[in-house]
Amino acid sequence: MTKAKVVVESLSVFYGAIQSLKDVSLDVKEFEILGVIGPANSGKTSLLRTLNRLSDENPLFRKEGKIFLEGADIYEKMDVPTLRKRIGMIFALPAPLPLSIFDNVAYGPRLHGIGEKNEMEAIVERSLKAAFLWEEVKDRLDTPAMKLSGGQQQRLCIARSLAVEPEVILYDEPCSGLDPISTSRVEEAMQELKKKYTQILVTNNTKQAARVSDRTAFFLMGELVEIDRTEKIFTVPQDKRTEDYVSGRFG
Amino acid sequence: MFLRNPRLTEKIAFAWLFAAMLLVLIPVFLILAIVFKNGFSVLNIEFLFSDPRLGMRAGGIFPALVGTIYLVLGTLAFSLPMGILAAIYLSEYARDNWFKRMIEVAIVNLAGVPSVVYGLFGLGLFVIFMKFGASILAGSLTLAIESLAVIITASREALNSVPRSFREVSLALGATKWQTIRRAVLPNAVPGMLTGTILASSRAAGETAPILFTVAAFYLPRLPQSVFDQCMALPYHLYVISTQVPNVKLSIQYGTAGVLILLVLSMNTIASVIRTRFRKRKLW
Repeated sequence: MTKAKVVVESLSVFYGAIQSLKDVSLDVKEFEILGVIGPANSGKTSLLRTLNRLSDENPLFRKEGKIFLEGADIYEKMDVPTLRKRIGMIFALPAPLPLSIFDNVAYGPRLHGIGEKNEMEAIVERSLKAAFLWEEVKDRLDTPAMKLSGGQQQRLCIARSLAVEPEVILYDEPCSGLDPISTSRVEEAMQELKKKYTQILVTNNTKQAARVSDRTAFFLMGELVEIDRTEKIFTVPQDKRTEDYVSGRFG
Repeated sequence: MFLRNPRLTEKIAFAWLFAAMLLVLIPVFLILAIVFKNGFSVLNIEFLFSDPRLGMRAGGIFPALVGTIYLVLGTLAFSLPMGILAAIYLSEYARDNWFKRMIEVAIVNLAGVPSVVYGLFGLGLFVIFMKFGASILAGSLTLAIESLAVIITASREALNSVPRSFREVSLALGATKWQTIRRAVLPNAVPGMLTGTILASSRAAGETAPILFTVAAFYLPRLPQSVFDQCMALPYHLYVISTQVPNVKLSIQYGTAGVLILLVLSMNTIASVIRTRFRKRKLW
């Protein structure tokens, strides 16, 4: 039994009067990929944004319950930049900064005070390799990242997150804007990253969750309906609503 | 009823819009044409670089030109940092509450205050109360305050046009708020801020009322030695030779106006060059 990396304890999230998560409790085990599926407004993205405290940027945000990263309460026992360095996030749309490929990957390490050139070059190379992008861009690291294709941009964003050496990576529908080939590249990278990282994949594409994740959680209207081994969720779900959703009867 | 005919109404609408556009353009062309036709004969290097002589009825405009350049630079020195820092605070840090809304209303109203009121304010605060006297310092501060509203508004627009995703990406990599602003937001907003600031300062270069009581000298045929000196300035000089000194040749008056227009136009050109350069570079 691997240990729990992230523990969510009866978490409720509110934005003003709207409640987007209702009393959710779950564990994320170290080095697993947890798929999170559910229709729109089911609270998937709220969960991610609460896990790395990006929700804090919204003045209407309020939460109840607790989240622990390796036993430490992330809202009580950790300062926000450190938490976000440990829990990285990949957004739905590839979001390279208007910088060169190199500077995009170097952005994070520079924030955290790495200034030495050789060290930075090593970090950039290592991160791009881990995101399966190195071969495609190694000869043009100083060209603008915005010129890459969508799939390459998304892998660049993964490389950029890896460069700060996170422990957990959150993906917020990372392939929603990508074609099937780029999608499979990103999924390949995720499989490889399992060796070192704990990953949470929010996706609107149930098939993607079935392909990639070890366990899958199904959310509906802010409630965690069911969480189990992926093959169980997709073959013998315990809850009728899960069955309806994964079999494509709604959503 | 003929208005029911969409093709005809289309033509009428187009004609009205075109006429409105012409009405806007005509004064601009007339101003340029009249000023340069009448002033062309005196516009040369000597006119720019020599002192006025014979009670401003002959000679050049050098002290006024230099004075205006000093005032523009002085205005920029105060308004650029103040305006940009205030804009950053309002756009990135201030919470949306009654205090912020009050400041926003104040800024909108600041832009509507008549310039002579700024002049009197500058006289009261900088010249008399802070004892700067009528000086480049007092004049620059007065002009800076007058241009602040425009600079803050333009800078906030520049900041708001930076996509939110840049901020989130940076925060998600563990950046603090200030790191995010400095590294992910500002580099993409600075060109817009500069454009707005330069445009505001070129307005300031042409202002007369705010410098009337705070810095402008009627006749001072030497260059200022420090920021506590008075200086001549083109708009005020133009006013003086047009209304206060009898028998000044028309060509000198129009030549002075032409130089002022050229100065302002060249500042506006710099602003638009910065803007187009940046547009080409930006890819989102």
